Amino acid sequence: MLKKSGITMLLIIMVFLSACGSNNGNNAESSAPASSSSPSESASASPSESPSASKEPVTIKALMYTPNGGQEETMKAMVDAFQAANTDVTVDVEVVPYADYETKLNTLLASGSAPDIFEVGYENFRKYAEKDLLLDLNPSIEADASFDPGIYKKLAYDAFNYNGKQMGVTESFSDVVLYYNKDLFDAKGLAYPDASWTWKEELEAAQKLTDAKAGVWGTYAPIQFYEFYKTIGQNGGGVWDAGGKPTINSPANVEALQWMIDKASKYKVSPALNDDTFNQPDADLNAFVAGKIAMVRFGIWNFGRFKDAPFKWDIALEPGNTQKAHHFFADGLTASKTTKHADAVWRFLKFYTSDPAAVSKRIEAGWSVPAVADDAVMEAYYKQTPPESKKIVTEALDSLVLPPVGPKPEMWGEFTGAVGEELDKAKFGKSTAQEALDAAQKKVEELLSK
Amino acid sequence: MVGQRKWNRRIAAFVFLLPALIGLAAFQLLPMASSVIISFSDWDLLSKWTQIHFIGWDNYADVFKDDKSYTSIKNIFIFLIGYMPFITVLGTFFAVLLNRNIRGIKFYRAAVFVPVITSWVAVSIVWRWLLNGQSGLVNYLLSLVGIQGPIWLQDDFWAMVAIIAVTVWKDIGFVSIILLAGLQDISDDYYEAADLDGASAWRKLWQITIPLLSPTLFFVVTISLINSFQLFDQVLIMTNGGPAGATSTIVEQVYRNAFQFNKMGFAAAQSWVLFVIIFSVTMVMQWLQRRWVVYER
Repeated sequence: MLKKSGITMLLIIMVFLSACGSNNGNNAESSAPASSSSPSESASASPSESPSASKEPVTIKALMYTPNGGQEETMKAMVDAFQAANTDVTVDVEVVPYADYETKLNTLLASGSAPDIFEVGYENFRKYAEKDLLLDLNPSIEADASFDPGIYKKLAYDAFNYNGKQMGVTESFSDVVLYYNKDLFDAKGLAYPDASWTWKEELEAAQKLTDAKAGVWGTYAPIQFYEFYKTIGQNGGGVWDAGGKPTINSPANVEALQWMIDKASKYKVSPALNDDTFNQPDADLNAFVAGKIAMVRFGIWNFGRFKDAPFKWDIALEPGNTQKAHHFFADGLTASKTTKHADAVWRFLKFYTSDPAAVSKRIEAGWSVPAVADDAVMEAYYKQTPPESKKIVTEALDSLVLPPVGPKPEMWGEFTGAVGEELDKAKFGKSTAQEALDAAQKKVEELLSK
Repeated sequence: MVGQRKWNRRIAAFVFLLPALIGLAAFQLLPMASSVIISFSDWDLLSKWTQIHFIGWDNYADVFKDDKSYTSIKNIFIFLIGYMPFITVLGTFFAVLLNRNIRGIKFYRAAVFVPVITSWVAVSIVWRWLLNGQSGLVNYLLSLVGIQGPIWLQDDFWAMVAIIAVTVWKDIGFVSIILLAGLQDISDDYYEAADLDGASAWRKLWQITIPLLSPTLFFVVTISLINSFQLFDQVLIMTNGGPAGATSTIVEQVYRNAFQFNKMGFAAAQSWVLFVIIFSVTMVMQWLQRRWVVYER
């Protein structure tokens, strides 16, 4: 009897604990508000473009990361619109968080079970193209009489051209801008950030806005590789010189890293660098929604997340030191070289990236900016508020910095990892900014010499 | 006739073993064999077989040139220094406590064993919350007794302490259940004889319990050592090898090189170096066992 009850109890506890575990995982990944657009709206969209539906039905698989964390429903609505217009094609999309995406994709590619379509950021595109893993779209493009590359912004379309072969289509671009909490600025009677601001003005305002007792911080930016290459750009620095030699420990870069650290450790206008909460994923987004950060840098894909924030907020250009610099990301859809459904794949790529039925959903949900050339599309995008100053999204492009891919694109992961590790050491006070960047410079030189 | 029968039995045995053998060959032996080949190549996960070059011992040479390999091995030894004494001493202690006939002993045994059967991923996430420097329960409890807790997982010393503590917490159940079985194997006759001779409890522990438990202890120590060298799950989730590499481990490096940096050949070489380390440690343990392990029969 006793034995039985012991085992029962064990089982109950086991089930309970394992249930806890899986819940945690789910919560982390599905914290997003559902998008407003419903699939039915799109059913009637662009029937004229639908090719003969008498073809044999096919299912194509797609792997994506951009919808993760809030835009899954928008993506589904876009896919539904495609399926309504192309009844012979079923698209089976899997969404993977960005942090795990590359690992998953590489493993799928290596094991020969590559998805027909997968998303690739501009910084990774060349690597896959070089390894001859991507489908050359030129034959499909030439065969498609109804297609005109002019529907895309030229720069965005050409970004996925490799040695004359079109190997992908830009679906959207996005940048990172300064978000600010208007209510916090109003409470202190401060002027809102504008294009004239530099780090100096940002610091002055942040010092007035910080209220450590209430847990309110003046400004925040994480210390990691992506933030680093943008911030050094704002100080006139860079990772590579014109000849492709690393310049990671240049004086301008050291000064910029020092500024990133000083905001927390010297001026105390940012959370402490070893603050556990702020080292968790999405902590900065949550803190902004909770009204605990006055100024912060976020990607424009987060607009929808703050739609219902209980305070007024807007966006501005990021303050720079000697010049402006803004992140720019271009995400594209590419196809696997091994796909058996090149025609269906091409139809999906074209529809998802440019068809009004798909593009309008992207805009309605406040997701990212489609790379289409049609000005009316941008007008519709600007009209979606908040934020009121939506044109900042385009203005930021005047000072964009691309991910510094460097002379060896295939080493991007290792290269960012090596620099990131040294940044971590500086962040936790294990080395000075100078020492950290000297070490990073040495590591990168070694990587390049291989 | 007899020979024929023997053969039949062998074939039958083989057929019954076949399902297990196929699994072993497909998922253990084949990957192991290919990892030897990969470790001499520059395969980067994405290249096709035709694009691979064999580069001799270069990967192995690189492993010994790689600072991070040394850091991860050093971290494992730091981990062992903290982990092994706790797991053996506490494990024995719990085993002795659980080796009694008191009310609800089944419950206590089950309770100690629960962490063992829980997934490492789940407990790591829970512990990450509990150990949060600002809002974690652990630091709240410490503050009640007037101690300001460290920011556990962001501090290079305390992060390792936390990893050790959580691993001890999770493994203690396994170790004590094994040791408990060992304890129950010791015949009461020895204790009765010792009681007649008027031996103290201390003396009984050192002269009877420990020697007779030593084969089980040896097993537990060996298994714990091997597992420690393969430290991975909790590190990846709780600290991701950080802060700044302070909890980076060998398997974590293998994973990172293989699946994040796509250096399959290098990672394969690294895992074979790990194999050699574990193999040598186990051999040393085997050799040492002659000095302290007592077999009854």
